[in-house]
Amino acid sequence: MSNYQSGLRYSESHEYVRVEGQFAYIGITDYAQHALGNIVYVDMPEVDDEVTAGEEFGAVESVKAASDLISPVSGTVVEINEALEDQPELLNQDAFENWIIKVQMSDPTELDELMDVEAYKAHCENA
Amino acid sequence: MTDIMEKKTCLYDEHVALGALMQPFGGFIMPIQYTNIVDEHTAVRTDCGVFDVSHMGEVRITGVDAERYVNHIFTNDITDAPTGQIYYGMMLYPNGGTVDDLLVYKMGKDDFFLVINAANIDKDVAWMQQQAVGFDINLDHQSDQYGQLAVQGPQAEAVVEQVLGLPCKELKFYTTKTATVPDGFPSGQVIISRTGYTGEDGFEIYGSHDYIRECWRKLIQSGRCKPCGLGCRDTLRFEVGLPLYGDELSAYISPVMAGLSMFCKLDKPEFIGRDALIQQKTEGVAQKLVGIELEGKAIPRHGYPVLDAEGNTVGEVTTGYHCISVDKSVCMALVNSAVAKLGTALQVQIRKKTFRGVVVKKKFYDKHYKKYSSFASNEYTENKPHRG
Repeated sequence: MSNYQSGLRYSESHEYVRVEGQFAYIGITDYAQHALGNIVYVDMPEVDDEVTAGEEFGAVESVKAASDLISPVSGTVVEINEALEDQPELLNQDAFENWIIKVQMSDPTELDELMDVEAYKAHCENA
Repeated sequence: MTDIMEKKTCLYDEHVALGALMQPFGGFIMPIQYTNIVDEHTAVRTDCGVFDVSHMGEVRITGVDAERYVNHIFTNDITDAPTGQIYYGMMLYPNGGTVDDLLVYKMGKDDFFLVINAANIDKDVAWMQQQAVGFDINLDHQSDQYGQLAVQGPQAEAVVEQVLGLPCKELKFYTTKTATVPDGFPSGQVIISRTGYTGEDGFEIYGSHDYIRECWRKLIQSGRCKPCGLGCRDTLRFEVGLPLYGDELSAYISPVMAGLSMFCKLDKPEFIGRDALIQQKTEGVAQKLVGIELEGKAIPRHGYPVLDAEGNTVGEVTTGYHCISVDKSVCMALVNSAVAKLGTALQVQIRKKTFRGVVVKKKFYDKHYKKYSSFASNEYTENKPHRG
């Protein structure tokens, strides 16, 4: 069954945010990687790209389908997880350890719109 | 949400009990995967897998005009076919567009068993009935009477013989027979054929719902056969270049456009669509189905645009995957004939980016059918299987 990690913020579209100061590490949840199955490609933005809360910033591809990645916060991409370029399956192995992009947030109040772990868990179980 | 209630196959409860991911396909609620697509795909390539393909449709054609009728609606030539022989081909509209691709089993004199795609059952049966005027035949739509399993992979022969007790060693590729149900199974008529849709050796078994359920349980309990969903059925058929109706064949895409002319016997005196195909062969077609191998790992999906080297749209992807057996991103695509030559540089647009690719043969992995040296190579290629 899926793991849920406390201390993170969650979106309805199954991205998580780990906040460290003004930076947000954004990835997909364990629930999401389970639902996707074998992940074979991660389409990531480039460093310095702008991302906007609620808008697509890339995609995760499983064998069967492509799923858009929706940014939970707005800001500037300062780092991408390059390991995923050659080893997208890392997302299946540990989705919370393997974040996808690191964003310098432009409006941290956007975090308030996201769910905590209990609310996210309920969101998944009612899906 | 859809208001249409999907049908369940006779194995629905078995799939749910195994924890399968169930999704609609072709009007049925079907198992997409049990564990994951890669493991199931690999089981079929290296060992043995079993698929519930009970959603496929079956139509029995009998009567004194049965052979003439089937030859009229079917592109392949079944004239004087030996009993037990199976043919792959299409039903066409008069303009050459494809109604469906199907298998025709010669069961006996004046007796043919037609296997059609689930999503096309209603359309096909209506089409067949319309074309039956003037033929002395009985057209019996039997889809609800049969369950169907596909046991596929290099170990399929041993598994079918030993777990199901069905002698099948002597069945040649693309042949069929009716079998006697062994003790311990619900009685009834069983049809077994050496066919499949994976590019591996294997068998398809048609029987009563009770019989198919018992076979499924014995296969799963044996531990020698992995339950496989439609997810890997699609990756398997795609890798070996087999078409899927709705992707590589359609009311628009003719067998000539799809590169399947070898299953259309234009030397037959007549069949529906023949004149259109002759015209397409003579004058050429505007678009052709090709394979494209891409640089990089992004995956081309159905409907994504195909561009030429200058960036002009020249077609679209019909099916694409990151090919499991050969670890490459590849697709089949319908493109303008001018850019269909092997080696042509093309691009595929995947979301906001474009990826460079090159036209290759639309077979990304070699088939491993059980071939017999006694099989004349000519006969082999002419009946050769593609199955939707």
